[in-house]
Amino acid sequence: MQLYLPIAEVSVNIFLLFGIGGIVGILSGMFGVGGGFLITPLLFFVGIPPAVAVATSANQIVASSISAVLAHLRRKTVDLRMGSVLLTGGLIGSAVGVVIFNYLRSLGQVDLLVNLCYVVFLGTVGGLMLVESLRALRRARTAGPAAPRKPRGQRGWIYILPFKVRFRTSGLYISVIPPILVGMFVGILSAIMGVGGGFIMVPAMIYLLHMPTKVVIGTSLFQIIFVTGFTTLAHAVTNQTVDLPLAVVLLLGGVIGAQFGTSIGARMRAEQLRILLALLVLAVCGKLALDLLLPPAELYEIGPAV
Amino acid sequence: MRRLIALLMFLVAPAAPAAAQEEIVLGLSQDRVRITTNFDGSDLLIFGAVKRESPITDTPLDVIVTVAGPATPVMIHHKARRLGIWVNAETVRLPEAPSFYAVASTGALHEILRQTADLRHSITVPRAIRRVGAASMTDHPQDYIDALIRIRSARGHYQNLERTVQLDQQTLFRTRITLPSDLTEGSYDARVFLLREGRVVSRFDTALDVRKVGLERWLYTLAHQQPLLYGFLALAIAIAAGWLASAAFRVIRSG
Repeated sequence: MQLYLPIAEVSVNIFLLFGIGGIVGILSGMFGVGGGFLITPLLFFVGIPPAVAVATSANQIVASSISAVLAHLRRKTVDLRMGSVLLTGGLIGSAVGVVIFNYLRSLGQVDLLVNLCYVVFLGTVGGLMLVESLRALRRARTAGPAAPRKPRGQRGWIYILPFKVRFRTSGLYISVIPPILVGMFVGILSAIMGVGGGFIMVPAMIYLLHMPTKVVIGTSLFQIIFVTGFTTLAHAVTNQTVDLPLAVVLLLGGVIGAQFGTSIGARMRAEQLRILLALLVLAVCGKLALDLLLPPAELYEIGPAV
Repeated sequence: MRRLIALLMFLVAPAAPAAAQEEIVLGLSQDRVRITTNFDGSDLLIFGAVKRESPITDTPLDVIVTVAGPATPVMIHHKARRLGIWVNAETVRLPEAPSFYAVASTGALHEILRQTADLRHSITVPRAIRRVGAASMTDHPQDYIDALIRIRSARGHYQNLERTVQLDQQTLFRTRITLPSDLTEGSYDARVFLLREGRVVSRFDTALDVRKVGLERWLYTLAHQQPLLYGFLALAIAIAAGWLASAAFRVIRSG
Protein backbone atom coordinates (compact mmCIF):
# COMPACT_ATOMS: atom_id res chain seq x y z
CA MET A 1 0.00 0.00 0.00
CA GLN A 2 1.44 3.32 -1.06
CA LEU A 3 1.24 6.47 1.03
CA TYR A 4 1.62 9.82 -0.69
CA LEU A 5 3.61 12.22 1.47
CA PRO A 6 2.37 15.77 0.83
CA ILE A 7 5.56 17.60 1.83
CA ALA A 8 8.15 15.15 0.53
CA GLU A 9 5.96 14.87 -2.62
CA VAL A 10 6.81 11.22 -3.12
CA SER A 11 4.80 8.07 -2.75
CA VAL A 12 6.38 5.46 -0.48
CA ASN A 13 5.21 2.04 0.68
CA ILE A 14 3.55 2.55 4.06
CA PHE A 15 4.80 -0.79 5.43
CA LEU A 16 8.37 0.11 4.52
CA LEU A 17 8.10 3.33 6.54
CA PHE A 18 6.37 1.49 9.35
CA GLY A 19 9.21 -1.07 9.28
CA ILE A 20 11.87 1.63 9.46
CA GLY A 21 10.07 3.16 12.43
CA GLY A 22 9.79 -0.29 13.98
CA ILE A 23 13.47 -1.21 13.52
CA VAL A 24 14.58 2.11 14.95
CA GLY A 25 12.09 1.62 17.80
CA ILE A 26 13.55 -1.82 18.58
CA LEU A 27 17.04 -0.34 18.65
CA SER A 28 16.06 2.61 20.83
CA GLY A 29 14.36 0.17 23.20
CA MET A 30 17.45 -2.08 23.25
CA PHE A 31 20.15 0.56 23.52
CA GLY A 32 18.39 3.62 24.91
CA VAL A 33 19.32 5.83 21.95
CA GLY A 34 16.94 8.14 20.10
CA GLY A 35 17.75 6.45 16.80
CA GLY A 36 17.94 9.67 14.82
CA PHE A 37 21.36 8.73 13.47
CA LEU A 38 19.77 5.67 11.89
CA ILE A 39 16.38 6.96 10.79
CA THR A 40 17.67 9.89 8.73
CA PRO A 41 20.03 7.81 6.51
CA LEU A 42 17.34 5.11 6.16
CA LEU A 43 14.90 7.75 4.93
CA PHE A 44 17.53 8.91 2.40
CA PHE A 45 17.78 5.34 1.14
CA VAL A 46 14.03 5.03 0.48
CA GLY A 47 14.00 8.24 -1.53
CA ILE A 48 12.80 10.90 0.90
CA PRO A 49 14.52 14.21 0.03
CA PRO A 50 17.31 14.91 2.59
CA ALA A 51 15.81 18.20 3.78
CA VAL A 52 12.49 16.50 4.57
CA ALA A 53 14.20 13.50 6.18
CA VAL A 54 16.23 15.71 8.53
CA ALA A 55 13.29 17.90 9.62
CA THR A 56 10.86 15.01 10.04
CA SER A 57 13.33 12.88 12.03
CA ALA A 58 13.68 15.75 14.49
CA ASN A 59 9.92 15.72 14.96
CA GLN A 60 9.90 11.96 15.47
CA ILE A 61 12.66 12.17 18.10
CA VAL A 62 10.55 14.66 20.12
CA ALA A 63 7.95 11.95 20.59
CA SER A 64 10.32 9.12 21.48
CA SER A 65 12.29 11.32 23.91
CA ILE A 66 9.15 12.50 25.71
CA SER A 67 8.02 8.95 26.21
CA ALA A 68 11.43 8.01 27.65
CA VAL A 69 11.83 11.15 29.81
CA LEU A 70 8.48 10.54 31.51
CA ALA A 71 9.85 7.18 32.67
CA HIS A 72 13.08 8.82 33.90
CA LEU A 73 11.17 11.58 35.72
CA ARG A 74 9.30 8.96 37.71
CA ARG A 75 12.66 7.47 38.72
CA LYS A 76 13.99 10.97 39.54
CA THR A 77 17.01 10.53 37.25
CA VAL A 78 16.71 13.89 35.48
CA ASP A 79 18.88 16.85 36.54
CA LEU A 80 16.47 19.61 35.57
CA ARG A 81 18.90 22.42 36.34
CA MET A 82 21.72 20.90 34.28
CA GLY A 83 19.14 20.13 31.58
CA SER A 84 18.07 23.77 31.46
CA VAL A 85 21.67 24.99 31.15
CA LEU A 86 22.39 22.49 28.36
CA LEU A 87 19.13 23.55 26.77
CA THR A 88 20.10 27.23 26.70
CA GLY A 89 23.17 26.28 24.71
CA GLY A 90 21.16 23.80 22.67
CA LEU A 91 18.62 26.35 21.48
CA ILE A 92 21.34 28.81 20.43
CA GLY A 93 23.15 25.98 18.63
CA SER A 94 19.98 24.80 16.94
CA ALA A 95 19.25 28.28 15.56
CA VAL A 96 22.84 28.55 14.29
CA GLY A 97 22.53 25.05 12.78
CA VAL A 98 19.39 25.91 10.81
CA VAL A 99 21.11 29.02 9.41
CA ILE A 100 24.14 26.93 8.36
CA PHE A 101 21.81 24.29 6.90
CA ASN A 102 19.93 26.85 4.80
CA TYR A 103 23.10 28.55 3.64
CA LEU A 104 24.61 25.27 2.45
CA ARG A 105 21.31 24.30 0.87
CA SER A 106 21.52 27.46 -1.23
CA LEU A 107 25.04 26.41 -2.27
CA GLY A 108 23.90 22.88 -3.11
CA GLN A 109 26.30 21.39 -0.58
CA VAL A 110 23.90 20.32 2.14
CA ASP A 111 24.07 16.60 1.29
CA LEU A 112 27.82 16.70 1.55
CA LEU A 113 27.72 18.45 4.92
CA VAL A 114 25.13 16.05 6.35
CA ASN A 115 27.03 13.02 5.07
CA LEU A 116 30.38 14.30 6.32
CA CYS A 117 28.91 14.98 9.77
CA TYR A 118 27.51 11.47 9.85
CA VAL A 119 30.74 9.82 8.78
CA VAL A 120 32.90 11.77 11.22
CA PHE A 121 30.66 11.48 14.29
CA LEU A 122 29.35 7.98 13.73
CA GLY A 123 32.87 6.77 12.95
CA THR A 124 34.33 8.33 16.07
CA VAL A 125 31.58 7.31 18.47
CA GLY A 126 31.18 3.82 16.98
CA GLY A 127 34.92 3.18 17.01
CA LEU A 128 35.38 4.36 20.61
CA MET A 129 32.40 2.37 21.79
CA LEU A 130 33.60 -0.82 20.04
CA VAL A 131 37.10 -0.57 21.51
CA GLU A 132 35.77 0.21 24.96
CA SER A 133 33.22 -2.60 25.07
CA LEU A 134 35.61 -5.18 23.56
CA ARG A 135 38.06 -4.27 26.31
CA ALA A 136 35.33 -4.64 28.92
CA LEU A 137 34.34 -8.03 27.50
CA ARG A 138 37.95 -9.28 27.57
CA ARG A 139 38.31 -8.07 31.13
CA ALA A 140 35.18 -9.93 32.14
CA ARG A 141 36.41 -13.11 30.37
CA THR A 142 39.81 -13.14 32.08
CA ALA A 143 37.78 -12.81 35.27
CA GLY A 144 40.31 -10.45 36.75
CA PRO A 145 39.24 -7.69 39.05
CA ALA A 146 37.83 -4.63 37.32
CA ALA A 147 40.44 -1.97 36.71
CA PRO A 148 40.36 0.64 39.43
CA ARG A 149 38.31 3.65 38.38
CA LYS A 150 40.17 6.83 37.91
CA PRO A 151 39.65 9.13 40.87
CA ARG A 152 37.24 11.96 40.32
CA GLY A 153 40.01 14.26 41.53
CA GLN A 154 41.42 14.66 38.02
CA ARG A 155 39.72 17.97 37.70
CA GLY A 156 41.03 19.96 34.80
CA TRP A 157 40.39 23.30 33.21
CA ILE A 158 36.64 22.96 33.63
CA TYR A 159 36.89 23.81 37.32
CA ILE A 160 38.83 27.05 36.81
CA LEU A 161 36.10 28.76 34.75
CA PRO A 162 33.82 31.41 36.31
CA PHE A 163 29.99 31.42 36.72
CA LYS A 164 29.90 28.36 38.94
CA VAL A 165 26.53 26.84 39.72
CA ARG A 166 25.56 24.00 42.06
CA PHE A 167 23.83 21.10 40.29
CA ARG A 168 22.31 19.19 43.19
CA THR A 169 20.96 16.12 41.37
CA SER A 170 24.31 15.56 39.67
CA GLY A 171 26.26 16.47 42.80
CA LEU A 172 28.41 18.95 40.86
CA TYR A 173 29.61 22.48 41.47
CA ILE A 174 30.95 23.69 38.12
CA SER A 175 30.91 26.63 35.74
CA VAL A 176 27.94 26.88 33.35
CA ILE A 177 30.25 27.57 30.39
CA PRO A 178 31.16 23.96 29.49
CA PRO A 179 27.55 22.68 29.62
CA ILE A 180 26.42 25.61 27.47
CA LEU A 181 29.16 24.88 24.91
CA VAL A 182 28.29 21.16 24.88
CA GLY A 183 24.63 22.10 24.45
CA MET A 184 25.38 24.47 21.58
CA PHE A 185 27.47 21.90 19.78
CA VAL A 186 24.73 19.27 20.05
CA GLY A 187 22.14 21.85 18.98
CA ILE A 188 24.07 22.58 15.77
CA LEU A 189 24.36 18.85 15.03
CA SER A 190 20.67 18.36 15.73
CA ALA A 191 19.67 20.94 13.16
CA ILE A 192 22.11 19.72 10.51
CA MET A 193 21.83 15.96 10.98
CA GLY A 194 18.25 15.61 12.21
CA VAL A 195 19.43 13.76 15.30
CA GLY A 196 18.82 14.34 18.99
CA GLY A 197 22.55 14.18 19.59
CA GLY A 198 22.34 11.74 22.49
CA PHE A 199 25.28 9.77 21.11
CA ILE A 200 27.46 12.90 21.45
CA MET A 201 25.77 14.35 24.53
CA VAL A 202 26.02 11.22 26.71
CA PRO A 203 29.81 10.74 26.37
CA ALA A 204 30.32 14.51 26.75
CA MET A 205 28.35 14.56 30.01
CA ILE A 206 30.21 11.57 31.43
CA TYR A 207 33.75 12.39 30.34
CA LEU A 208 33.74 16.21 30.09
CA LEU A 209 31.27 17.26 32.79
CA HIS A 210 31.85 14.20 35.06
CA MET A 211 28.15 13.74 35.70
CA PRO A 212 27.04 10.51 37.44
CA THR A 213 25.97 7.94 34.85
CA LYS A 214 22.52 7.36 36.35
CA VAL A 215 21.32 10.92 35.62
CA VAL A 216 23.05 11.25 32.26
CA ILE A 217 20.50 9.55 30.01
CA GLY A 218 17.44 11.19 31.54
CA THR A 219 19.02 14.64 31.47
CA SER A 220 20.26 14.20 27.91
CA LEU A 221 16.78 13.11 26.78
CA PHE A 222 15.19 16.02 28.65
CA GLN A 223 17.16 18.61 26.76
CA ILE A 224 16.88 16.67 23.47
CA ILE A 225 13.08 17.11 23.61
CA PHE A 226 13.42 20.86 23.55
CA VAL A 227 16.28 21.06 21.07
CA THR A 228 14.60 18.74 18.55
CA GLY A 229 11.28 20.49 19.21
CA PHE A 230 12.89 23.82 18.42
CA THR A 231 14.62 22.31 15.38
CA THR A 232 11.28 20.99 14.13
CA LEU A 233 9.71 24.43 14.45
CA ALA A 234 12.67 26.16 12.82
CA HIS A 235 12.63 23.77 9.85
CA ALA A 236 8.83 24.02 9.59
CA VAL A 237 8.96 27.82 9.51
CA THR A 238 12.01 28.41 7.31
CA ASN A 239 11.93 25.42 4.94
CA GLN A 240 8.44 23.90 5.21
CA THR A 241 10.06 20.48 5.26
CA VAL A 242 8.33 18.68 8.14
CA ASP A 243 6.14 15.92 6.73
CA LEU A 244 3.37 15.09 9.21
CA PRO A 245 2.06 11.83 7.69
CA LEU A 246 5.66 10.57 7.47
CA ALA A 247 6.28 11.48 11.12
CA VAL A 248 3.07 9.77 12.26
CA VAL A 249 3.85 6.48 10.47
CA LEU A 250 7.42 6.45 11.82
CA LEU A 251 6.08 7.19 15.30
CA LEU A 252 3.61 4.33 15.28
CA GLY A 253 6.30 1.90 14.12
CA GLY A 254 8.71 3.30 16.68
CA VAL A 255 6.36 2.96 19.64
CA ILE A 256 5.59 -0.68 18.85
CA GLY A 257 9.22 -1.49 18.06
CA ALA A 258 10.39 -0.01 21.35
CA GLN A 259 8.24 -2.55 23.22
CA PHE A 260 10.03 -5.49 21.61
CA GLY A 261 13.39 -3.75 21.88
CA THR A 262 13.09 -3.32 25.62
CA SER A 263 12.42 -7.00 26.23
CA ILE A 264 15.23 -8.09 23.86
CA GLY A 265 17.59 -5.67 25.58
CA ALA A 266 16.69 -7.01 29.02
CA ARG A 267 17.85 -10.51 28.01
CA MET A 268 21.30 -9.46 26.74
CA ARG A 269 24.47 -8.45 28.53
CA ALA A 270 25.47 -4.80 28.56
CA GLU A 271 28.82 -5.40 26.79
CA GLN A 272 27.19 -7.46 24.04
CA LEU A 273 24.58 -4.76 23.56
CA ARG A 274 27.21 -2.08 23.26
CA ILE A 275 29.27 -4.11 20.77
CA LEU A 276 26.16 -4.62 18.65
CA LEU A 277 25.31 -0.93 18.78
CA ALA A 278 28.90 -0.01 17.91
CA LEU A 279 28.87 -2.38 14.90
CA LEU A 280 25.57 -0.92 13.75
CA VAL A 281 26.86 2.64 14.05
CA LEU A 282 30.02 1.69 12.14
CA ALA A 283 27.98 -0.05 9.42
CA VAL A 284 25.91 3.09 8.79
CA CYS A 285 29.10 5.14 8.86
CA GLY A 286 30.81 2.77 6.40
CA LYS A 287 27.94 2.91 3.92
CA LEU A 288 27.93 6.70 3.97
CA ALA A 289 31.72 6.86 3.71
CA LEU A 290 31.68 4.60 0.64
CA ASP A 291 29.18 6.95 -1.00
CA LEU A 292 31.62 9.80 -0.50
CA LEU A 293 34.74 7.91 -1.55
CA LEU A 294 33.63 5.74 -4.47
CA PRO A 295 33.08 7.34 -7.86
CA PRO A 296 29.30 7.78 -8.24
CA ALA A 297 27.47 6.04 -11.09
CA GLU A 298 25.89 9.34 -12.10
CA LEU A 299 28.20 12.35 -12.01
CA TYR A 300 25.36 14.83 -12.17
CA GLU A 301 22.67 15.51 -9.62
CA ILE A 302 19.48 17.54 -9.74
CA GLY A 303 18.98 19.68 -6.69
CA PRO A 304 16.06 21.75 -5.46
CA ALA A 305 16.00 25.15 -7.09
CA VAL A 306 16.54 28.13 -4.85
CA MET B 1 21.46 32.49 -38.32
CA ARG B 2 19.51 29.27 -37.71
CA ARG B 3 16.66 31.28 -36.24
CA LEU B 4 16.54 33.44 -39.31
CA ILE B 5 16.34 30.45 -41.63
CA ALA B 6 13.62 28.97 -39.43
CA LEU B 7 11.68 32.19 -39.61
CA LEU B 8 11.91 32.23 -43.38
CA MET B 9 10.66 28.66 -43.49
CA PHE B 10 7.63 29.56 -41.40
CA LEU B 11 6.77 32.41 -43.73
CA VAL B 12 6.79 30.05 -46.66
CA ALA B 13 5.26 27.04 -44.92
CA PRO B 14 1.62 28.00 -44.12
CA ALA B 15 0.51 27.85 -47.74
CA ALA B 16 0.72 24.05 -47.94
CA PRO B 17 -1.05 22.84 -44.76
CA ALA B 18 -3.85 25.39 -44.94
CA ALA B 19 -5.31 23.49 -47.83
CA ALA B 20 -5.84 20.31 -45.82
CA GLN B 21 -8.28 21.84 -43.28
CA GLU B 22 -7.98 19.11 -40.72
CA GLU B 23 -9.14 19.70 -37.18
CA ILE B 24 -8.51 17.71 -34.01
CA VAL B 25 -11.29 16.55 -31.74
CA LEU B 26 -9.72 15.46 -28.48
CA GLY B 27 -10.70 13.43 -25.45
CA LEU B 28 -8.83 12.86 -22.19
CA SER B 29 -9.60 10.02 -19.81
CA GLN B 30 -9.47 12.62 -17.04
CA ASP B 31 -9.15 16.38 -17.10
CA ARG B 32 -7.80 16.51 -13.58
CA VAL B 33 -5.44 14.32 -11.62
CA ARG B 34 -6.19 14.21 -7.91
CA ILE B 35 -3.28 13.47 -5.63
CA THR B 36 -4.82 11.68 -2.69
CA THR B 37 -3.30 9.90 0.29
CA ASN B 38 -2.91 6.65 -1.65
CA PHE B 39 -1.87 8.26 -4.95
CA ASP B 40 0.63 6.09 -6.78
CA GLY B 41 0.89 7.57 -10.23
CA SER B 42 -1.82 7.65 -12.84
CA ASP B 43 -2.47 6.50 -16.40
CA LEU B 44 -3.65 9.18 -18.75
CA LEU B 45 -5.52 8.04 -21.84
CA ILE B 46 -5.49 10.55 -24.66
CA PHE B 47 -7.68 9.86 -27.68
CA GLY B 48 -9.31 11.76 -30.45
CA ALA B 49 -10.25 12.01 -34.07
CA VAL B 50 -9.33 14.09 -37.06
CA LYS B 51 -12.29 16.04 -38.41
CA ARG B 52 -11.98 16.98 -42.07
CA GLU B 53 -14.22 18.42 -44.74
CA SER B 54 -12.18 17.26 -47.72
CA PRO B 55 -11.26 13.65 -48.61
CA ILE B 56 -8.08 12.14 -47.11
CA THR B 57 -4.96 13.07 -49.07
CA ASP B 58 -2.36 10.53 -50.12
CA THR B 59 0.50 11.81 -47.96
CA PRO B 60 0.42 9.82 -44.72
CA LEU B 61 -0.66 11.54 -41.52
CA ASP B 62 1.40 11.45 -38.33
CA VAL B 63 0.32 12.36 -34.82
CA ILE B 64 2.42 13.63 -31.91
CA VAL B 65 1.01 14.02 -28.41
CA THR B 66 2.91 15.89 -25.71
CA VAL B 67 2.12 16.39 -22.04
CA ALA B 68 4.16 18.96 -20.14
CA GLY B 69 4.14 19.65 -16.41
CA PRO B 70 4.72 23.10 -14.92
CA ALA B 71 8.15 24.50 -15.78
CA THR B 72 10.38 25.20 -12.81
CA PRO B 73 13.95 26.39 -12.40
CA VAL B 74 16.40 23.52 -11.92
CA MET B 75 19.81 23.29 -10.29
CA ILE B 76 22.13 20.70 -11.78
CA HIS B 77 25.24 19.85 -9.80
CA HIS B 78 28.29 18.23 -11.29
CA LYS B 79 30.26 16.04 -8.92
CA ALA B 80 34.03 15.97 -8.89
CA ARG B 81 36.65 14.55 -6.60
CA ARG B 82 38.06 17.11 -4.17
CA LEU B 83 40.51 16.01 -1.45
CA GLY B 84 39.52 12.40 -2.04
CA ILE B 85 35.76 12.79 -1.63
CA TRP B 86 33.08 13.40 -4.20
CA VAL B 87 31.47 16.82 -3.88
CA ASN B 88 29.21 19.03 -5.99
CA ALA B 89 31.90 21.00 -7.77
CA GLU B 90 29.99 22.98 -10.38
CA THR B 91 26.37 24.07 -10.47
CA VAL B 92 24.26 25.21 -13.39
CA ARG B 93 20.85 26.79 -12.97
CA LEU B 94 18.39 26.37 -15.79
CA PRO B 95 15.64 28.99 -15.69
CA GLU B 96 12.86 26.75 -16.96
CA ALA B 97 12.62 23.02 -17.39
CA PRO B 98 9.34 21.11 -17.40
CA SER B 99 8.92 19.05 -14.23
CA PHE B 100 7.29 16.39 -16.41
CA TYR B 101 7.42 15.93 -20.15
CA ALA B 102 6.16 13.09 -22.29
CA VAL B 103 6.14 13.01 -26.07
CA ALA B 104 4.28 10.19 -27.80
CA SER B 105 4.21 9.78 -31.57
CA THR B 106 3.13 7.49 -34.37
CA GLY B 107 6.68 7.11 -35.71
CA ALA B 108 10.31 7.89 -34.92
CA LEU B 109 10.47 11.60 -34.20
CA HIS B 110 13.46 12.29 -36.43
CA GLU B 111 11.54 10.80 -39.35
CA ILE B 112 8.15 12.43 -38.91
CA LEU B 113 9.19 15.82 -37.52
CA ARG B 114 11.33 18.43 -39.22
CA GLN B 115 13.85 20.46 -37.26
CA THR B 116 12.06 23.67 -38.10
CA ALA B 117 8.72 22.44 -36.81
CA ASP B 118 10.42 21.18 -33.65
CA LEU B 119 12.09 24.54 -33.19
CA ARG B 120 8.82 26.38 -33.55
CA HIS B 121 6.62 24.17 -31.35
CA SER B 122 9.30 22.86 -28.95
CA ILE B 123 8.19 19.26 -29.33
CA THR B 124 11.14 16.99 -28.52
CA VAL B 125 12.45 16.70 -24.96
CA PRO B 126 15.68 18.71 -25.48
CA ARG B 127 13.68 21.50 -27.15
CA ALA B 128 11.24 21.70 -24.23
CA ILE B 129 14.04 22.78 -21.87
CA ARG B 130 14.93 26.45 -21.78
CA ARG B 131 18.67 26.78 -21.63
CA VAL B 132 19.00 30.53 -21.39
CA GLY B 133 21.94 31.56 -19.23
CA ALA B 134 23.38 28.06 -18.82
CA ALA B 135 26.30 28.92 -21.07
CA SER B 136 27.44 31.71 -18.75
CA MET B 137 27.85 29.27 -15.84
CA THR B 138 29.82 26.48 -17.47
CA ASP B 139 31.91 25.64 -20.50
CA HIS B 140 29.83 22.56 -21.23
CA PRO B 141 26.13 23.49 -20.99
CA GLN B 142 25.14 20.55 -23.21
CA ASP B 143 26.55 18.04 -20.68
CA TYR B 144 24.21 19.43 -18.04
CA ILE B 145 21.17 19.34 -20.33
CA ASP B 146 22.02 15.73 -21.27
CA ALA B 147 22.39 14.83 -17.60
CA LEU B 148 19.04 16.44 -16.76
CA ILE B 149 17.31 14.46 -19.51
CA ARG B 150 19.10 11.24 -18.52
CA ILE B 151 18.22 11.53 -14.81
CA ARG B 152 14.63 12.62 -15.33
CA SER B 153 14.11 9.94 -18.01
CA ALA B 154 15.33 7.29 -15.58
CA ARG B 155 12.74 8.43 -13.04
CA GLY B 156 9.96 8.52 -15.64
CA HIS B 157 9.70 12.29 -15.55
CA TYR B 158 10.77 12.64 -19.16
CA GLN B 159 9.37 10.08 -21.55
CA ASN B 160 10.15 9.63 -25.20
CA LEU B 161 7.36 7.34 -26.38
CA GLU B 162 7.98 6.86 -30.09
CA ARG B 163 5.52 4.66 -32.00
CA THR B 164 3.06 4.51 -29.11
CA VAL B 165 0.30 6.56 -30.73
CA GLN B 166 -2.07 4.28 -32.57
CA LEU B 167 -3.65 5.81 -35.65
CA ASP B 168 -6.56 4.08 -37.39
CA GLN B 169 -7.60 4.93 -40.93
CA GLN B 170 -5.83 8.29 -40.77
CA THR B 171 -8.59 9.47 -38.46
CA LEU B 172 -8.76 7.91 -35.00
CA PHE B 173 -5.78 8.12 -32.67
CA ARG B 174 -5.14 7.12 -29.08
CA THR B 175 -2.22 6.81 -26.67
CA ARG B 176 -1.56 6.17 -23.02
CA ILE B 177 0.86 8.19 -20.88
CA THR B 178 1.86 7.05 -17.41
CA LEU B 179 2.24 9.81 -14.86
CA PRO B 180 4.67 8.97 -12.01
CA SER B 181 3.67 9.41 -8.37
CA ASP B 182 6.01 12.30 -7.58
CA LEU B 183 4.29 14.91 -9.74
CA THR B 184 4.68 18.63 -9.36
CA GLU B 185 1.33 20.29 -8.81
CA GLY B 186 -0.08 22.65 -11.37
CA SER B 187 -1.53 22.91 -14.83
CA TYR B 188 -0.30 20.27 -17.30
CA ASP B 189 -0.42 21.22 -20.97
CA ALA B 190 -1.46 18.53 -23.39
CA ARG B 191 -0.79 19.23 -27.06
CA VAL B 192 -1.69 17.21 -30.12
CA PHE B 193 0.01 17.84 -33.46
CA LEU B 194 -1.02 16.51 -36.86
CA LEU B 195 1.89 16.28 -39.26
CA ARG B 196 2.34 15.68 -42.93
CA GLU B 197 5.81 15.41 -44.42
CA GLY B 198 7.32 16.67 -41.19
CA ARG B 199 5.26 19.82 -41.06
CA VAL B 200 2.63 20.61 -38.48
CA VAL B 201 -0.72 20.92 -40.25
CA SER B 202 -2.92 21.21 -37.19
CA ARG B 203 -2.48 21.64 -33.48
CA PHE B 204 -4.78 21.32 -30.49
CA ASP B 205 -3.97 22.47 -26.94
CA THR B 206 -5.72 21.63 -23.72
CA ALA B 207 -4.80 21.54 -20.05
CA LEU B 208 -5.31 19.18 -17.20
CA ASP B 209 -5.08 20.07 -13.58
CA VAL B 210 -2.86 18.11 -11.18
CA ARG B 211 -3.73 18.90 -7.57
CA LYS B 212 -3.39 17.49 -4.13
CA VAL B 213 -6.85 17.07 -2.64
CA GLY B 214 -8.31 16.39 0.79
CA LEU B 215 -5.88 15.85 3.64
CA GLU B 216 -2.84 16.19 1.37
CA ARG B 217 -4.06 19.57 0.13
CA TRP B 218 -4.87 20.73 3.66
CA LEU B 219 -1.49 19.76 5.10
CA TYR B 220 0.45 21.22 2.22
CA THR B 221 -1.43 24.54 2.38
CA LEU B 222 -1.07 24.71 6.14
CA ALA B 223 2.66 23.97 5.98
CA HIS B 224 3.22 26.77 3.49
CA GLN B 225 0.75 29.41 4.60
CA GLN B 226 0.78 28.92 8.39
CA PRO B 227 4.22 27.37 8.94
CA LEU B 228 4.33 28.28 12.64
CA LEU B 229 0.91 26.74 13.29
CA TYR B 230 1.94 23.66 11.29
CA GLY B 231 5.14 23.38 13.31
CA PHE B 232 3.18 23.54 16.58
CA LEU B 233 0.72 20.97 15.24
CA ALA B 234 3.65 18.65 14.44
CA LEU B 235 5.00 19.16 17.97
CA ALA B 236 1.58 18.64 19.54
CA ILE B 237 1.20 15.32 17.73
CA ALA B 238 4.70 14.28 18.80
CA ILE B 239 4.06 15.25 22.44
CA ALA B 240 0.71 13.48 22.51
CA ALA B 241 2.19 10.36 20.90
CA GLY B 242 5.12 10.34 23.32
CA TRP B 243 2.86 10.75 26.34
CA LEU B 244 0.40 8.11 25.10
CA ALA B 245 3.24 5.67 24.45
CA SER B 246 4.58 6.20 27.95
CA ALA B 247 1.14 5.74 29.48
CA ALA B 248 0.53 2.61 27.41
CA PHE B 249 3.90 1.14 28.43
CA ARG B 250 3.02 1.70 32.06
CA VAL B 251 -0.32 -0.07 31.71
CA ILE B 252 1.25 -2.99 29.83
CA ARG B 253 4.13 -3.38 32.30
CA SER B 254 1.96 -3.16 35.39
CA GLY B 255 -0.85 -5.28 33.95
